[in-house]
Amino acid sequence: MAKVRKLSREMKQYQNMADQLRPGKPIVKNAVVAFFVGGTICLAGQGVQWFFMQHGMTPKEATSPTTVVMIGLGALLTGLGWYDLVVKYGGMGGSLPITGFSNAMVAPAMDARTEGFVLGVGAKLFTVAGPVVAYGLAAAFVVGLIRYLFMGVG
Amino acid sequence: MSVHRHSSSSYSFDNVIIQSQAAVVGPVEGDGPLAQYFDRIWPSELNNHPSSEKAELALLIEAQNVALTKARIEWPNVDLVMGGDLLDQLIATNFAAREHERPLAGLFSACAVFAESLGFGAMMIAGGGPKTVLAAACSHHQSAERQFRYPLELGYQKAPTAAWTSTAAGACVLAEDNSVKDGSLVIEAVTFGHVIDWGEKNPNDMATAMTPAAFDTIKRHLRDMQRDISYYDQVYTGDLGVMGIRLLDAMARQEGLNWSRYISDCGKSLYDIERQDVHNGGSGPGCSASVFSGFLCHQLQHREFHRILLVSTGALFSPKSYLQGESIPAIAHAVAVSRIN
Repeated sequence: MAKVRKLSREMKQYQNMADQLRPGKPIVKNAVVAFFVGGTICLAGQGVQWFFMQHGMTPKEATSPTTVVMIGLGALLTGLGWYDLVVKYGGMGGSLPITGFSNAMVAPAMDARTEGFVLGVGAKLFTVAGPVVAYGLAAAFVVGLIRYLFMGVG
Repeated sequence: MSVHRHSSSSYSFDNVIIQSQAAVVGPVEGDGPLAQYFDRIWPSELNNHPSSEKAELALLIEAQNVALTKARIEWPNVDLVMGGDLLDQLIATNFAAREHERPLAGLFSACAVFAESLGFGAMMIAGGGPKTVLAAACSHHQSAERQFRYPLELGYQKAPTAAWTSTAAGACVLAEDNSVKDGSLVIEAVTFGHVIDWGEKNPNDMATAMTPAAFDTIKRHLRDMQRDISYYDQVYTGDLGVMGIRLLDAMARQEGLNWSRYISDCGKSLYDIERQDVHNGGSGPGCSASVFSGFLCHQLQHREFHRILLVSTGALFSPKSYLQGESIPAIAHAVAVSRIN
């Protein structure tokens, strides 16, 4: 980490002044919109799951094809240039569902297209979702290990 | 023809005129309140170019060409090209020079580069160096998003203090003119800024990082030139935006100065802040370049203003420096421009 520069009293006063003048984020409005946007996406996901269950799958079996459909939907909306608007208004309501994860994979791929398929798309594909994948795997390993220590295999 | 030294920061000149100026902007800027003052407005961000970087290059070349056409001079008559942009290795400015094949002095001071180019260009002409200087700066919303922020199609919520990098380019042809006529625009003086860092670390609030630099440069300029702020009809900062102008006013007030009437901002003027959803307002080298070359020069020529001070502001951080926990150093360069009678 960089050495922390010592701030003078004048600088601290300035930072306080800036804090007072800085426009706040509309947290309540954002939370309400996020609830409804996220809820709508989950409702769509539930609809897809019911569709597969109607066609003879158990709820557990229907989970995987539902995930695939929702990822495809997120990718499609990203490609059409609409998903960034969903998140712009919906915030975490748009980012958190699996469609948001799809957006985080497809957006860098589209962006890196001009730098070629190998060092562009291939290398940049995980620039946004990378931390989620890496730390998700690490967390799964730790949780799995704890489960094994307490409950053994099975 | 001479340069007068007022301090190590401030210099004034005789007889350096702005022979012509041009501004080319993108669709969002063309939808804003200053649309009528721009020479060309692109119908789309990319305007049929295959990448945002190539689009930025084309935007710069177009502004440079329009400026030369308006000055009625050809490329071989340009002694020196100066300017810069935001992209790594200054690829817009440098690649444009591959086309025009004129001597190039590429500069970097982020979004402050346009005032720096005008000031350096004027000083070199007044010092008896090049006879004609083309000063230009550009930025592109999409190439800046790609380099500094996230992929274009990635959804995320921007902070209200975040800056909107403008798709815009501005260019001015500077020349010496010993028989300055009525109506000419002259570059009177320049004050080169000091790098100031008051500890702001948030790249989504560059206004807070840059305002102390703008305040320092304006104060220094007024002191060196022994002027009061009322000498100018208006002082235009580069891209402090809504938040920065508020802060600058508050900083001045703390020192007992009432600047409210005299300070405006290019990034705030370029857009309709309420309607266009550009958060804090415009930023990028092209922001002050296009607002100056389009709007401000027009206002000077049409006697709306007599004298203005352009204070382009730049946040000198990189995507790596802020991830490493560094605060954001900032700089502001000031150029005084006036109309003869």
